[in-house]
Amino acid sequence: MIDEQTINRVLSTGLAGGADFAEIFVEDVERSGVNLDDGRVENLSSSRDRGAGIRVISGETTGFAHTADLSEDRLLAAAKAAADAAKAEGGGARTIEIESGPTASSDAQVDPATVDKARKVALVRRADEVARAYNDAITQVSARQGDNRRRILVANSDGVFATDDQTRTNFAVTCVAKGDSGLQTGYESIGHAIGFELFDRYDVDQLATNAAERAMTKLEARPAPSGTHVVVIGPGSGGVLFHEACGHGLEADLVRKGASAFADRVGQQVASPLVTLIDDGTMAGEWGHYAVDDEGQPAARNVLIEKGVLVDYMWDGNRARQDGRRSSGNGRRQSYRHLPMVRMTNTYLAPGDQTPDEIIAGVDNGVYVAKLGGGQVNTASGDFVFGMTEAYLIEDGKITAPLREGQLIGNGPKVLQQIDAVGNDFEMGPPGTCGKDGQGVPVGDGVPTLRVTEMTIGGTAA
Amino acid sequence: MTDSAALLEVANRLVGRAEAGEQIEVACGHSVSTTVRVYGGEVESFTSAETQGVGVRVIRDGREGFASAGTLDADLLDRTLADARDNASYAEADPDAGIAEPDGVEAVDVDLWRDEVPAMTSDERIALAIDLERRVLDGDPRISGVRVASYGDSASSFALASSAGVQAHTRSTSAGLGVQALADDGDRTQTGYAGDGARRPSELDLEWVANRAVSRATDLIGASKPGTKPVSLVLDPHLSATVIGLIAGTLTGDRIVKQRSPFVDRVGEEVAAPSLTFVDDPTDPDSLGADSHDGEGLACRPNDLVVDGVLKGYLYDSYTGRRAGTGSTGSAVRGTRGLPSPGIHALSVANGDGGTLDELIAGVDDGILVFNLAGLHSGVNAVSGDFSVGIEGLVIRNGELAEPISECTAGSTLQRLLLDVTNVGSDRKHLPSGVSTPSLVIGNVMLSGSTD
Repeated sequence: MIDEQTINRVLSTGLAGGADFAEIFVEDVERSGVNLDDGRVENLSSSRDRGAGIRVISGETTGFAHTADLSEDRLLAAAKAAADAAKAEGGGARTIEIESGPTASSDAQVDPATVDKARKVALVRRADEVARAYNDAITQVSARQGDNRRRILVANSDGVFATDDQTRTNFAVTCVAKGDSGLQTGYESIGHAIGFELFDRYDVDQLATNAAERAMTKLEARPAPSGTHVVVIGPGSGGVLFHEACGHGLEADLVRKGASAFADRVGQQVASPLVTLIDDGTMAGEWGHYAVDDEGQPAARNVLIEKGVLVDYMWDGNRARQDGRRSSGNGRRQSYRHLPMVRMTNTYLAPGDQTPDEIIAGVDNGVYVAKLGGGQVNTASGDFVFGMTEAYLIEDGKITAPLREGQLIGNGPKVLQQIDAVGNDFEMGPPGTCGKDGQGVPVGDGVPTLRVTEMTIGGTAA
Repeated sequence: MTDSAALLEVANRLVGRAEAGEQIEVACGHSVSTTVRVYGGEVESFTSAETQGVGVRVIRDGREGFASAGTLDADLLDRTLADARDNASYAEADPDAGIAEPDGVEAVDVDLWRDEVPAMTSDERIALAIDLERRVLDGDPRISGVRVASYGDSASSFALASSAGVQAHTRSTSAGLGVQALADDGDRTQTGYAGDGARRPSELDLEWVANRAVSRATDLIGASKPGTKPVSLVLDPHLSATVIGLIAGTLTGDRIVKQRSPFVDRVGEEVAAPSLTFVDDPTDPDSLGADSHDGEGLACRPNDLVVDGVLKGYLYDSYTGRRAGTGSTGSAVRGTRGLPSPGIHALSVANGDGGTLDELIAGVDDGILVFNLAGLHSGVNAVSGDFSVGIEGLVIRNGELAEPISECTAGSTLQRLLLDVTNVGSDRKHLPSGVSTPSLVIGNVMLSGSTD
């Protein structure tokens, strides 16, 4: 992307004022998407973004500048701007020894850029046909196929030099069903950090059918109950519960600022002994996977909670440097225009030994949440919400009537203690985008079936 | 390239390459922005950013293609046009597809640029953020910290040209402050966020931001989960803007022509309480959503949405306006990275006769003064209208503010929220989001917390 001499001059310029650290992050992203809506392939879109972000750190101050122009004078100007912003004092030249670091090639077998656009068009068309054929009450369908290839290069004054080549491919279908109760929606999405071979693994007909079925089921749904209930969460998308309930609270930058309900709790029992929580950027093909993070560190498998005991937080280079330890490979950024920070990758709850049927059978009155949507957490108080997009009542140990959408609310530290059953049926959930301080990054999560003894359901029924 | 006329030249060069039977629309943008985050009295990060981009829409034989690039480099401009053309060849034809045709409506001249922004020095920017953090830390002994205090500003230029003869360019500035305060009561940490935005830093109300962040965090100390029952919600202008903004989003043309809104086919019906009137009016120069042109280069104009509780119409861009048979309402919104789509520019809720926020509170027997709404993206379904969001705030009992609550939700539907507005304040405020609204009281919302 840029040659080694240029990198050296950029880093030297960054350090010239006496800063502690300088880094260049170069990124080149190509995206493409095919959008069907209202029975028609409405448009295809593509985009190209390339540029470099230069970060200079002096003490606890970070200066950052970026440019879409990769010519050497613009890179040097950005390095100077970042160095000025970092306000280092002292100075003097430093020689940087760039070591060859991790260099990863794409896991993709079929580069989506080489796939005929007509084939992509055929996929979204097929989803539309299958969903509409499912039932006459399906009045609207939208489908999107998207893919992107992101090539990055990171080099810094600690000698790190790393590159990665990341490909992601996804597909989503949304259906609207119309009935006496008004309009209802059903959604299905898949996404993996792989190439177009995604469609060898998944059948678009099945995805479209799932979305249509969910919308139809909700036409019969009754308002969700309100108040506190026993909640059983189905495998897969329930991972968002841990993402919100404790994932964000285990990010070292928030912990350090006292903005986490899990600060100062390493070594303590923070969850039910049934809870072993892992964040694993190395899970090949999963949506939150990468070989090298956006600071040039290799992705890692990090056990966060083991049998209920808090083992460690997640770290980026900046927090790790200040605490005199190693990064855990969780330094990520949305693009070259953003500063890296501590982010999750693929976060999942290890399976337990109960069958899902046993877990549900143990509930007299409760709610079964088959699919969760997004969520949000206040990491300081620990309170979090997440949406249930497919849910049912549990009556006398059996799943019964479907429920309309609503939100669940809980307090992370409390809910972790209230998990009283974990199933043996693990699944990863659909692809997610995690937002933090205005930056979105792709993340995965997963859970087996699990049960929480008490959560508040934000329905409207008494 | 902060000169928007220069951007227009770039756009025109690409538009000039339109072939017979081909429509081309090109949007070019450029912005310079600076963000300072401070922590513990020191600069945590200082970001200088220069972003540029181009978005090209090509339509041929009713087929639409789009491509964008985050650069104005000549080699990528050519490639972007070529990609948009290639993309168009694979889309399916639609007789209504097409770029906007100028409709003769005269654009109002709104000046969105303030020289004060590009004249700011690094030290002035840092000083604002440090002052904000210090005021919050000194604001109350119960404040245990500040997660982040930040100041940012930007100066942007935008130009749009098309083969239909659209020529629009504009430049604008903005500045903003934000802070999140932490208050620790020994058992739990509560947070209070506040922010402000304006066209220039001297219009930012730093003291108000600091006070609000402090009081939001400290007022929540000792918050507990309430019981479950229907209540009234009292929303100050910031929270009213969020809720009415969500609802107005369901009145946009894309959702209407594709039958994805609970308000389809309901023009002329009483969809809201008679005390509620809201319009989208980007021609109001006092609104922070003001603009002269929409995202397709047509003149912005005022559009009635709900007047005295009756639904008056929807917001359309040129495509959805053609489909609806009404024409565009000048409501296209866009950046350079995506296609235009109909949206809200400057939503404005009319003042009612309910008075100040304190007067509204005094009129509520059993309610919640809402501080925060959580999970708006996951708890609101804009198609069915289902509404369920996490809330924090203070209980209102017999017209008086009482104990703080958290870990609970407010549930209703978007349809019912409009009808259940019981009082509209007279304290209309222009907010950074572009929405201008007074405080609102909404009755009959299910508060879900503990079960007795």
